[in-house]
Amino acid sequence: MKLKTLMLGAAASFAFAPMAMADGHEGERGRDGEVKILYWQAPSILNPFLSGGTKDIEASSLVLEPLARYDETGEMVPFLAVEVPTVANGGVSEDLTTITWKIKEGLTWSDGTPVTSADVKFTAEYCMHPEGGCAQGAFFDGVENVEAVDDQTVKVTFDQPKPNPYGPFVGGQSPIIQAAQFADCLGAKAPECTEANYNPIGTGPFKVADFKPNDVIQYEANENYREEGKPAFAQVTLKGGGDANSAGRAVLETGEFDYAWNLQLAPDVIAKMEAAGYGKAITGFGPLLERIEMNLTNPSPDLPPETRATVAEPHPILSDVKVRKALSMAIDRDLLTEVGYGQAGAPTCNLVPSPAIYASDNTDCLVQDIEGAKALLEDAGWTDSDGDGVRDKDGMKLSLLYQTSNNAVRQDFQALIKDWWSQIGVETELRNIDGSVFFGGDPGSPDTFQKFYADVEMYANTFNGTDPQQYLAAYRCGNEPKPSSQWQGENINRFCDPAYDAMIDELGRTGDLEERSALAKKMNDMLTKDTYTIVPLVNRARVSAHANSLGGVVLNVWDSELWNVGDWYRIE
Amino acid sequence: MTDQPLVSGPDPEIDEQALGALQDKGPMAPPRSQWRDVWDQFKRHKGAIFGGGFLIFITLFVLIGPYIWTLDAQKLDIRAKDMRPVWTLLWDGSANAAWAHPFGTDQLGRDLLATMIKGGRASMAVGWAAMILALLIGTFVGVVAGYFRRADFWLMRFTDLVLSLPILPLLLVAVTLFRQPLRANFGPETGMFILIVGVVGITSWMQTARIVRGDILALKEREFILAARSIGTKNSKIIRRHLLPNVISPITVSATLGLATAIITESALSFLGVGFPSDFPTWGKLLADAVLRMEQFPERVLLPGVAISLTVLSVNYLGDGLRDALDPRIRGR
Repeated sequence: MKLKTLMLGAAASFAFAPMAMADGHEGERGRDGEVKILYWQAPSILNPFLSGGTKDIEASSLVLEPLARYDETGEMVPFLAVEVPTVANGGVSEDLTTITWKIKEGLTWSDGTPVTSADVKFTAEYCMHPEGGCAQGAFFDGVENVEAVDDQTVKVTFDQPKPNPYGPFVGGQSPIIQAAQFADCLGAKAPECTEANYNPIGTGPFKVADFKPNDVIQYEANENYREEGKPAFAQVTLKGGGDANSAGRAVLETGEFDYAWNLQLAPDVIAKMEAAGYGKAITGFGPLLERIEMNLTNPSPDLPPETRATVAEPHPILSDVKVRKALSMAIDRDLLTEVGYGQAGAPTCNLVPSPAIYASDNTDCLVQDIEGAKALLEDAGWTDSDGDGVRDKDGMKLSLLYQTSNNAVRQDFQALIKDWWSQIGVETELRNIDGSVFFGGDPGSPDTFQKFYADVEMYANTFNGTDPQQYLAAYRCGNEPKPSSQWQGENINRFCDPAYDAMIDELGRTGDLEERSALAKKMNDMLTKDTYTIVPLVNRARVSAHANSLGGVVLNVWDSELWNVGDWYRIE
Repeated sequence: MTDQPLVSGPDPEIDEQALGALQDKGPMAPPRSQWRDVWDQFKRHKGAIFGGGFLIFITLFVLIGPYIWTLDAQKLDIRAKDMRPVWTLLWDGSANAAWAHPFGTDQLGRDLLATMIKGGRASMAVGWAAMILALLIGTFVGVVAGYFRRADFWLMRFTDLVLSLPILPLLLVAVTLFRQPLRANFGPETGMFILIVGVVGITSWMQTARIVRGDILALKEREFILAARSIGTKNSKIIRRHLLPNVISPITVSATLGLATAIITESALSFLGVGFPSDFPTWGKLLADAVLRMEQFPERVLLPGVAISLTVLSVNYLGDGLRDALDPRIRGR
């Protein structure tokens, strides 16, 4: 079933390709001059294997391309490959342990040399090198061997059956790099190859002309690009820095730039900017979810650092599912969406809100129920015995520390949620932390979201591609951040349930799309409506803005936003 | 008076004057206290009167305000969000404004007048406390360094050292280190108040110390100090009676600057998310939060911005007037 869908998707994308070409605009390469792109986080490197940052991955996606990537509907489309391999077309073996890619004939790098299977093989070696800290290592999980069958064919062998073999070489995070350029940059030497990391040779529509780290990148059209008449622009200037607000203004209000990335701004703010008439905001819904994470372990500062916020110390309040459920019931998600995101958000109760086949029909949480929440807390033994408006039990107050990163929308959310929680007798202390610290992952800082030295915290997270397996597998017992793992780990809530672990393993063995979907929904429900470990708030759209004079922009939430920059053109 | 008949006979005054220079004339005017002179001089400085008046007004505004305007500053009322101040009705009859919220409300429906009052309390308290702390440290270091030659070198090198520290990173480290214990002992808001006042005070005394030291160095060579010393006045007394009153003017000037710095540093900290909790209003934070919607709702930027500016300006003028009034060389001119 899955394979059939993929086939259909591939076929559909072929069918649509001529239509996209016919979209208005053809002519010679570089006819439209310069396009200016604004990323308010400045790219610092152009090698996606050495950086987990979206800004770096997207900036390098103008130059480096994968064999196949996801289009705006989440379907896979071949880029450097002739077609997407499936079991049906023989590209994926029956036992799901190998996948064979065929590279297009006559492809060249921007320096004119041919692209061969050796480059693909080298890319795998580069990222899988034991001494190199490859940021995209997860894409190569379970890869046993990558073998160049002939110049155009490459075969990836997995150590066990892979129902979803589209990890390596698929999507903007796992592109192909040139073997000749990176040959001396393997392993520990990878970060030392400044020239290669700052100026990678690629197959994309543009090549790097000048790169000032953390500031600006100049690209020019790749004269060896495989499609005739593309790209329409001779130069791209990608400027980094500033904030979402000024980026939005530069495109929508003053028209200084053509494209601005990731505008997390309140809807009334964006609408006001759009009113100036220079451009428009575009939105695309992916699985990006703004959520509240419940800490199942005790973050009390009285505990020694070895056991604070670890599974050794269960949370004194939030270990009770009734409390977690009451906290979720008190939230009015419609209002949050209206205040914070408008058209660019949708209230949801699911950890995996999209793609549609994986989205559970769980909608219980959408209706706010203050009275129900109060009753639930009474039921759990939390009563306001001293009449100060805050519930207590066994001498302990129902008081929570609620942290998030600095962002105007998030601070509004905090204020609203604090208000609702106070209505059900929960006292909340708010704390906001600079984003670069909160998401920085520094094991020495007490303020990272992984360390979770708070009772609840709010942020957004998502997964890449269209398959949530890795995303759901994060909540495995033992995968939590803890001192022994340098506070690295994806199981932020410290959730642990052997039954859930068993489902993770089952998902890894299941190939049938319908079974996978049923299983994923069950896992989603387990984390959300059964245990309220994760309290989803809003499914956020990716919001970017482009000038009215920029054509061909297709916002893609499944891959790099600049995935089709080669098709962009100027509307006269 | 012209039609009054002239007094006949010898005029006693002319008589006495005629007695010549030997006559010791009595005082022309009744004796005046020093502070009355100071006040007279101060009154002549219009800016200082304005500054003092505004400072009293704003202090009363934030101190008594909550008892008169009893709305809770942190109360959300989403139905009454984005209201404009009442004066917009003057030119736009259809504006969403009402006397229930004379300054309007923010995007979550919090009353702006109430948040201004509450925010002013926090900002003024931080500003004054940090300024006084910085003044005490700065004056102490400056006087000791200027007066005692032995301490001079080390104290001034220490001042240079602190001066070369980048303040914002230092603040961030201090917040990381001390937030937790202070929060545990004093609660999140008082704990943060102590931390901010402490850190701002500790990092902004250096200018005062340098200025005071320079003045003390010059003053202590003057004759009146020599005279005081020659009659056996103790060091502590010389400092208190003769030196400190003479350096009061540079101290007041740096005090005014210190108040402004403290208010602004606090808002920078709040902006970076290491200051007060995000729902605890201060003027600096109100300002920072409102920048996003500056064009639609200029009052949200203007009100706290003007409040900060006027407070700082009035303290500056007050300092200026006090300096003129306290300096006997300027007084009376």
